[in-house]
Amino acid sequence: MGSISKAVVTVLGFDRKGIIARVSTILYERGINILDISQTVLDGYFNMVMMVDISEPVGSFSQLSDELNALGEELGLQIRIQKSEIFEAMHQV
Amino acid sequence: MINTGEILETLRMIDREKLDVRTITMGISLLDCVCDDERRLASRIFHRIATRAEHLVQVGEEIERDFGVPIVNKRISVTPVALIAGAVRDPLPIARALDRAARETGVNFIGGYSALVQKGMTEADRRLINSLPQALSETDFLCGSVNVATTRAGIDMDAVKLLGESIVALAEKTGEQGGLGCAKLVVFANAVEDNPFMAGAFHGPGEGDCAINVGVSGPGTVKRALEKVKGEPFDVVAETVKRTAFRVTRIGQLVAREAARRLNAPFGIVDLSLAPTPTVGDSVAHILEEMGLEKCGTHGSTAALALLNDAVKKGGVMASSHVGGLSGAFIPLSEDIGMIEAAKAGALTLDKLEAMTCVCSVGLDMIAVPGDTPPSTISAILADEAAIGVVNNKTTAVRIIPVPGKKVGDVVEFGGLLGHAPVIPVHPFSSEAFIARGGRIPAPMHSLRN
Repeated sequence: MGSISKAVVTVLGFDRKGIIARVSTILYERGINILDISQTVLDGYFNMVMMVDISEPVGSFSQLSDELNALGEELGLQIRIQKSEIFEAMHQV
Repeated sequence: MINTGEILETLRMIDREKLDVRTITMGISLLDCVCDDERRLASRIFHRIATRAEHLVQVGEEIERDFGVPIVNKRISVTPVALIAGAVRDPLPIARALDRAARETGVNFIGGYSALVQKGMTEADRRLINSLPQALSETDFLCGSVNVATTRAGIDMDAVKLLGESIVALAEKTGEQGGLGCAKLVVFANAVEDNPFMAGAFHGPGEGDCAINVGVSGPGTVKRALEKVKGEPFDVVAETVKRTAFRVTRIGQLVAREAARRLNAPFGIVDLSLAPTPTVGDSVAHILEEMGLEKCGTHGSTAALALLNDAVKKGGVMASSHVGGLSGAFIPLSEDIGMIEAAKAGALTLDKLEAMTCVCSVGLDMIAVPGDTPPSTISAILADEAAIGVVNNKTTAVRIIPVPGKKVGDVVEFGGLLGHAPVIPVHPFSSEAFIARGGRIPAPMHSLRN
């Protein structure tokens, strides 16, 4: 993975119980440390953004990504993980 | 530290505004494959490409997944084939080898069945141009281009005449698919050597062994940004476009660097183009309409496009370490839903499109005209467009399809990214005697410019 070590997990969709618990469990099992977390619920619409450290993962990034996507499908939410450089590139000079 | 708002904004741009990286194009030099045995030449070319680009598609998909941004196309461009076919009699085996290499590597297009003939044609150039109808009709992935003019050399009218005939023959050979073969052939003036976009991509003779060139996109993000500044003066419009283009290009730069690193190939350029697709919400025409025009093509369209094209460059240029390719706004008729609607409504004509090409990135692109258009008229359209490029020191191009059996008002369906196009009229008056002259139109003055 080279020098890339941070990623952003986002969860978008309608609020329900246990979202954070389920996402955190996957991250824990994959050896991922949560650095920062922010969450808002507006009119029942759930937005969560997590900054995570992926420098010592268990398994590959794509396995983690697939697992989070699958959880999203199960819960009827959009869950994804993206390496943080895309956001840094876009919003920082 | 990036904040939540910025992260959600990026996601919105990708999900709703169709922000994507349009293409990662690997340029591969074939100069050292040269040999005078047809079969060995074809086999060397195939192996060179299949080896160099073996992981291109896989790496593209990995980057897509890592950053969560779609990379629509993975493509290959090669040295203009006429340059490596000088010692063999027939360029067609090379066309077939390129097509096989594209299939093997899984890319969706391979460009470079090309010749550079702005000053004159070698025997190999002539053979390649004559083989275009056969080469582009029997292959699936191959794209060709011919540079017929430059600002320094003028316009090669012999080549222009030949190409009018080749285009009509190619349309007829692919008549059952609406003349689709012509969508894979571009006639350039001032062609660039590092263009990542098809069908006009080739790996120029001034390039190194290999280069990764990336083309960005994002008409939807620009349109959306302009929706927030309704009624504001043009100063605000230009600033808004610049800001958006900057962000879009930063993604292109990130993807290009990452692709170059993972493929162990030098990073070439990022092409800052606004490339539309036929999908709703991904139209350059709709950006012009957002600026206050009822339909793209009406009075004011050239000015609107000039502003857009310039602002895209100004915004993008600081976001990338190397900018190149065509870099500007594309106005392909069949690939832009707003252009299609405007042409159907009669707002957008061939003449207005020609005027708009004076201020945008390329030229008359994906234009369907009646199937009975004479070759000399097609040649004359090529010459007009080349003249605009030559005199204004810019790249221009023509990708025109005389659709067999179709007349003005009919619609032709090309499918996928190529979209569909209404057949628009050409002038009925003849250019036959003009094109029959042949020879060269001299290069223009570079001083006393007015």
